[in-house]
Amino acid sequence: MITSKSFGSRAASAAVWAAVLGMACLCLLPLLNMVALSFSSSAAATGNLVGLVPVDFTAESYSRLITDQQFWRSFGISVLRVALGASLNVCLTVLTAYPLSKPKSRFPAQPVYMKIVLFAMLFSGGTIPTFLVVKNTGLLNSLFALILPTAVPIFNVIILMNFFKGTPEALEDAAIIDGAGQWQMLLKIFLPISLPALATVGLFSIVGHWNDYFQALLYIQSTENYPLQTYIQQLTVDLSTVTDPERLKELSRISGRTFNAAKIVASTVPLLCIYPFLQKYFVTGITIGSVKG
Amino acid sequence: MRNKKEQGAFHLMLLPGMLLLAVFSFLPMFGIVMAFQNFVPAKGMFRSPWVGLEHFKFMFSLPDSSQIFANTLIIALGKILFHMVVAVIFALLLNEIRVAPVKKAVQTIVYLPHFLSWVVLSTVVINMFSYEGPINQLVTLLGGKPVLFLASNTWFRPVVIATDVWKEFGYNSIIYLAALTGVDPGLYEAASIDGASRWKQTLHITLPSLLPTLLLMSILNMGSILSAGFDQIYNLYNPLVYETGDIIDTYVYRVGLVQRQYSLGTAVGLLKSAVSFILIVGSNTLANRFAKIRVF
Repeated sequence: MITSKSFGSRAASAAVWAAVLGMACLCLLPLLNMVALSFSSSAAATGNLVGLVPVDFTAESYSRLITDQQFWRSFGISVLRVALGASLNVCLTVLTAYPLSKPKSRFPAQPVYMKIVLFAMLFSGGTIPTFLVVKNTGLLNSLFALILPTAVPIFNVIILMNFFKGTPEALEDAAIIDGAGQWQMLLKIFLPISLPALATVGLFSIVGHWNDYFQALLYIQSTENYPLQTYIQQLTVDLSTVTDPERLKELSRISGRTFNAAKIVASTVPLLCIYPFLQKYFVTGITIGSVKG
Repeated sequence: MRNKKEQGAFHLMLLPGMLLLAVFSFLPMFGIVMAFQNFVPAKGMFRSPWVGLEHFKFMFSLPDSSQIFANTLIIALGKILFHMVVAVIFALLLNEIRVAPVKKAVQTIVYLPHFLSWVVLSTVVINMFSYEGPINQLVTLLGGKPVLFLASNTWFRPVVIATDVWKEFGYNSIIYLAALTGVDPGLYEAASIDGASRWKQTLHITLPSLLPTLLLMSILNMGSILSAGFDQIYNLYNPLVYETGDIIDTYVYRVGLVQRQYSLGTAVGLLKSAVSFILIVGSNTLANRFAKIRVF
């Protein structure tokens, strides 16, 4: 490296540091403000006095939240949905991605299946026809309406397919000589070496199911069966029906604000718990997945 | 014999996924015929009366529709452009930081908003941009007048684009950072021996090496040119800003599902799907022919 740095290059590198740290703060501060808000008194929140530290520290919003039965019911529904939905997503991702990763010489029907999958990814019947299909299958108002229509996450299939394509062929040849069939090959050889990629697609599925509110808005009619994000969305959406600017001004000012902040924060905690694992894998997952075979 | 068994295993593995796609992806595609009918749920798809292109004609005669298409295009293009610019700039800046723990910490922070839903983040955004919120406090401090950003037709689009870039720029930079680590370090060594400054190196080595990735991302983005982000807008907008903020997807939801005009909603949705499909397949073909890049 160059040892004697000129003033200019020092200034430039200071500017780079400032810019990067500035952008990081920009990401973090609004979220911290929400946390601070959730621990502040509602008087302080209404007066817009809360910055990054709670004002008149109180856990009142959270003690109110603990007694909010619908919140916990919705929380439970979301947990159940993630458990069922994400497991199904991962199973189907593996089962679909594995045969698709085989070359045409190995699996002559591969191009046909690939075209089907790509077409399903690029073209859709749209919200309304999909809604009517779900309605006609009789799934409305059941948890399955939130799980089955999105059971095959095609984007994840492609990530995993590319990962499988990248595994050394010698590995498979060796197993074939040992007399392994394709099911054994998948379970005993491919799955164990694909754990990072599986973690990636699994975590994407978990996040997807946890964060989704719209499916339930479409397919679940009784409010008490809403998953968490839909429940929270219903609380905040009230603003969208307000047509009078003065009223909007008023609503954005008065409280309920600290309570809402507490709900938002509490609904994010589960994601924050898996975020460290998520981060460990998704970068490799994305870069592997985008490699074209 | 062995090969037959193997083929059977492959087909069997694909079976459950294909069945689900058939029901929930391909069956709805037949529902597209509703766009050419006056669909009545009680009569179903087979007995509802045919009306040809009636709904499409009606759609284009609506004063709203050109507005909605314009809103969608403006917001989507703004997002595509600023997403790329900000993510590339951030990747370049972060690439200059060589202190590993700092780099790691910054990445942890900037990737985070991507994983939060718009339901959560809309509350954050509404809070930030509220009449007496932090942004307006800053505006007042700088001598301006507070603005009701989310109820202003001047500000709604910029706020939507800016907050979406805010949510995604970190995550979007991953792919550019990956491309940057793939640059041959020998190039930089040679350049610095020749006396090229860091800035010159960025301009002549780093940026050109990002070109293939940029091209790839542009192709992928073509498919989303009519998707301006339903989740975000649905959670941020209100009737005051329909004029500038109502997009195809929100319109389809309101008219098609809330007001139950199934056929009209399907027609608008179909137009969107078809245009998006043509754009992404077209740009993929062009990129393949001229730059030998294939996305799929």
